[in-house]
Amino acid sequence: MSNAPRLTALDALHRSLGATMTDFAGWDMPLRYTSERDEHHAVRTRAGLFDLSHMGEITVTGPQAAALLDYALVGNIGGVATGRARYTMICREDGGILDDLIVYRLADTEYMVVANASNAQTVLDALTDRAADFDAAVRDDRDAYALIAVQGPESPGILGSLTDADLEGLKYYAGLPGTVAGVPALIARTGYTGEDGFELFVEPRHAQALWRALTEAGAPAGLVPCGLSCRDTLRLEAGMPLYGHELTTSLTPFDAGLGRVVKFEKEGDFVGRKALEAAAERAGANPPRRLVGLVARGRRVPRAGMTVVAGGEAVGEVTSGAPSPTLGKPLAMAYVDTAHAEPGTEGVGVDIRGTHEPYEVVALPFYRRRK
Amino acid sequence: MSNPQQLRYSKEHEWLSAAEDGVSTVGITEHAANALGDVVYVQLPEVGDTVTAGETCGELESTKSVSDLYSPVTGEIVEANQDVVDDPSLVNSAPFEGGWLFKVRVAQEPEDLLSAAEYTDFAS
Repeated sequence: MSNAPRLTALDALHRSLGATMTDFAGWDMPLRYTSERDEHHAVRTRAGLFDLSHMGEITVTGPQAAALLDYALVGNIGGVATGRARYTMICREDGGILDDLIVYRLADTEYMVVANASNAQTVLDALTDRAADFDAAVRDDRDAYALIAVQGPESPGILGSLTDADLEGLKYYAGLPGTVAGVPALIARTGYTGEDGFELFVEPRHAQALWRALTEAGAPAGLVPCGLSCRDTLRLEAGMPLYGHELTTSLTPFDAGLGRVVKFEKEGDFVGRKALEAAAERAGANPPRRLVGLVARGRRVPRAGMTVVAGGEAVGEVTSGAPSPTLGKPLAMAYVDTAHAEPGTEGVGVDIRGTHEPYEVVALPFYRRRK
Repeated sequence: MSNPQQLRYSKEHEWLSAAEDGVSTVGITEHAANALGDVVYVQLPEVGDTVTAGETCGELESTKSVSDLYSPVTGEIVEANQDVVDDPSLVNSAPFEGGWLFKVRVAQEPEDLLSAAEYTDFAS
């Protein structure tokens, strides 16, 4: 792999918009266009437009596509109806999380697996490896798609003005092929912001035309282009985990409080089953640490890697932290010893550069949209 | 962006006003504010503190990171901008005006402060 950053099909557009760019998993991506706080508020109250073309698409096809994914992933993928999507994970034999994924069932024998950019190669390699005994093909489609997301309460109206697709009938975690602004797209009602919204998978050669059409259609409703910086604060407020922070190979889904994605009841063996059964038991009986929310009583911002303290002792570690534009105070997600993980636990703080700043322990998420 | 002619600049991206009665005003440049992104927390030195040129005297926290605040001169703090403590976004919206950070009675000024033109070159 070369060291030059990869550019999305929208790179020139981002630069013409004056975006501040950042390296993200080897891609040069927009961090923000103007103020990340304004972009954040736009998604919460109106709409935001994101380039997410760094995400890693992998297509799995063949008579045993479902059987392969049931074996390779922890979820019940064969049980996903065509046109629907599922949040799931891929684990190692020892139960450690390799990545969290969204799997779309495009047809009876065709799935699209969307991996995090940083893990796309790992997931591709693991799926290819695990496919050895199955009549199914695993295809690297990272270069086949650009991904544009429209997120926020105004997004159904904006997208609806550009497509004949039945958005009313498109449920959360569903996806259907359609045409948006004359561009063939897989239209999915998914996102990573805690708001209603859509993700549009299109051929890279159509990405600029689609972006421009969405920008124009969304302008009256207050849609603005949004960078990865606000995407991070949006997902943090919504209590959504980020791989490399809340999820790592040294944690199982049960350690991360996401044991519900593991479907032991599905037929047949799957990679990690044995280790995950033990992990489930451990998590049920005597979890060492739990993922909690922390809300600052002061104004200094906790960051990933900082130590959570109580009574002068280390009781946990911050995995993500940022100032919350919606709540107006700093927030963190942290793994905290069970004894200090109950919401309302007194005396918990974060060691911020040597000072123990007081924090309130809360249940996740920090923010839930009104339906 | 343009850096005001009448100010002088440090390589740590602070600006310094010409002294009036021995007191100069200090802030961070628009270039620095843009690089930080939205500033959400400002910790300033307190009145009476002694600050030293080139040494940290506070911190600026933005969405993505925390940065040390350096003093461009040596001297004694005579005022800290409470407005910017209450509303750190002033650092972004008016870095050379309402977003100033502190006033310092200058005891000693380093010789390597930059002019507006020199700083513009340096920061580009």
